[in-house]
Amino acid sequence: MSRIGVAFDKARADGRALLVGCMPAGFPTVEGSIAAMTAMVEAGVDVIEVEIPYSDPVMDGPVIQKASDIALAGGVRTADTMRVVEAVAATGAPVVTMTYWNPVERYGVDVFARDLASAGGTGLITPDLIPDEADEWLAASDAHGLDRTFLVSPSSTDARLAMTVGHCRGFVYATAVMGVTGARARTSDAAPTLVSRTRAVTDLPVGVGLGVGTGAQAGTVAGYADGVIVGSALVRCVLDASSEAEGLAALRTLSAELAEGVRNPVR
Amino acid sequence: MSADALAPVAGPQPDSAGHFGRFGGRFVPEALVAALDELDGAWRTAMADESFRAEFGALLRDYAGTPSLLYEARRFSAKVGARVLLKREDLNHTGAHKVRNVLGQALLTKRMGKTRVIAETGAGQHGVATATAAALFDLECVVYMGQVDTERQALNVARMRMLGATVVPVTNGSRTLKDAMNEAMRDWVANVDETHYLIGTAAGPHPFPAMVRDFVRGIGDEARQQCLDLTGGLPDAVTACVGGGSNALGIFHAFVGDEAVRLYGFEAGGDGVATGRHAASITGGSAGVLHGTRTYVLQDADGQTLESHSISAGLDYPGVGPEHAWLHDSGRATYLPVTDDEAMAAFELLCRTEGIIPAIESAHALAGTVALAPKLAAELGREPTIVVNLSGRGDKDVHTAGDYFGILDKER
Ligand SMILES: Cc1ncc(COP(=O)(O)O)c(C=O)c1O
Repeated sequence: MSRIGVAFDKARADGRALLVGCMPAGFPTVEGSIAAMTAMVEAGVDVIEVEIPYSDPVMDGPVIQKASDIALAGGVRTADTMRVVEAVAATGAPVVTMTYWNPVERYGVDVFARDLASAGGTGLITPDLIPDEADEWLAASDAHGLDRTFLVSPSSTDARLAMTVGHCRGFVYATAVMGVTGARARTSDAAPTLVSRTRAVTDLPVGVGLGVGTGAQAGTVAGYADGVIVGSALVRCVLDASSEAEGLAALRTLSAELAEGVRNPVR
Repeated sequence: MSADALAPVAGPQPDSAGHFGRFGGRFVPEALVAALDELDGAWRTAMADESFRAEFGALLRDYAGTPSLLYEARRFSAKVGARVLLKREDLNHTGAHKVRNVLGQALLTKRMGKTRVIAETGAGQHGVATATAAALFDLECVVYMGQVDTERQALNVARMRMLGATVVPVTNGSRTLKDAMNEAMRDWVANVDETHYLIGTAAGPHPFPAMVRDFVRGIGDEARQQCLDLTGGLPDAVTACVGGGSNALGIFHAFVGDEAVRLYGFEAGGDGVATGRHAASITGGSAGVLHGTRTYVLQDADGQTLESHSISAGLDYPGVGPEHAWLHDSGRATYLPVTDDEAMAAFELLCRTEGIIPAIESAHALAGTVALAPKLAAELGREPTIVVNLSGRGDKDVHTAGDYFGILDKER
């Protein structure tokens, strides 16, 4: 079983959800992003999702877009994101990379998989790659022992849901909101419904991202999902801070609050 | 001529998942797959439905004013050294070929029971066309436009608003067309139940490239027959400008099976491909994924999209439709860059010889034709016949062109 699978199992045994915290590599700088992610781990984030900044992030809302733009303006390269993965993996927390497809294709799919595996990454979350187009990634991830997290959505048919989870390894990402990162669900039952539809077709853990920003919201999502994925709210801590120290302090405070939330699932 | 613009022809088709060879396909969030499947189904059903085809044909004829003329430009021909036949898409309602695509997709929107359309626009041509169709079909309309473009195309912003559309200036990224397209995608993901994303060119995820091509295909079907009627034969070459690629595919499609007919697509070379300031995705780009499809893209070594540059806002896009990428790889069509200066020289030549002010996009096709004519004449040993897609009129470009030629009176 993959390292992420082990972490999910342990959280399940403890009667809680896993907290996944997302941050773009290179934001605000490469070193700054390593410091931010390390602080998140120290304050209770279980899994770090390192997002590779991309010029055209169609699944991301304004907060993550802004952070990605800052990282790209600072000159971050794909190779730097591998360095971030390596540094954060050294903390002992599982590190998964989230990336739009073009940077991977440009790097070379197999070379990318090889480098990610040797940096200690567990796998990829691919927001704009569906299994239908993923032959090369399926082969490369098998060759290098990486997990594959494809997304499922409330609009996925049952047939697509089954097909998609059939290609996942590690965990499944349920985009419970029809919309970009940072957005809140319009209806409160869209997320639990999607999770239960997903569970009906897989034993893999299911992570949910839907604009969670507080410990209470984390607790609510933890009530029905195996993982609570938080991005924009964490990124905003760094974006809104007037100094690096202030940003790290805000990150620690929010991470601790979210970690508390996932330990108190509202069922 | 047939009024049935959608009658099946045996042109090249993608596979059922929208792959043109190694290009095309769908690189999209899972959240959009259901909507793309719905659209694919609605399009295929509509294409097989006589009543849809009749309705579309009637709209094209009675509302858009097609078939557009094929006009023999004698004074321009004399300067160029070829028999040049202009496909006058500039005479269509709203001033360009784009109206064909917009009417087709608006009809489909109605058939799918959706009540809202969104669109991206650069210069505002596609936005205006979409706002026009939305008014005609009583659809809510939101147009995303980069803030840089809303400022340099203020008149088109006003036109869209007059037609009842909401124009949203996009302030992300480079604040131009590609960012407007990103923002439209985000809107679509969030509102997909009631909204159709009316993409303005033959790009994006399947089924858009093949569907848009089908809606504009009448250009070539008409031109082929008109050329036969006028000259008794097929042309030696067909030329068009290539932005996303809709007008070029529209005129190419009918001729792809005519092996003797050479197909030329002219990309925006900006300051020259060697300067890096251009929008020539095929000539100066590399294979990659952008906006839901695999195609030629202007990108850096890490796959980050590069900003494109062109005097023509309608060609100022760092990607191209996947069918062109495929036609390029197969060698069936030839793609060449045309610089801003070359395009503007041809723009002036058409104004002065024919009394026709072309869109700056279309001026790229004219400039490419000017360069092509002597080569083709030498190769054939006679005067060649060239059909040029005059994709749009230059009214929208009067300010840009006036600026370029330095003929605007200084502001008082
Ligand atoms: C007149 C005209 N021609 C050509 C284009 C380029 O688009 P495409 O390559 O899809 O025909 C545009 C786009 O705005 C246009 O307005």
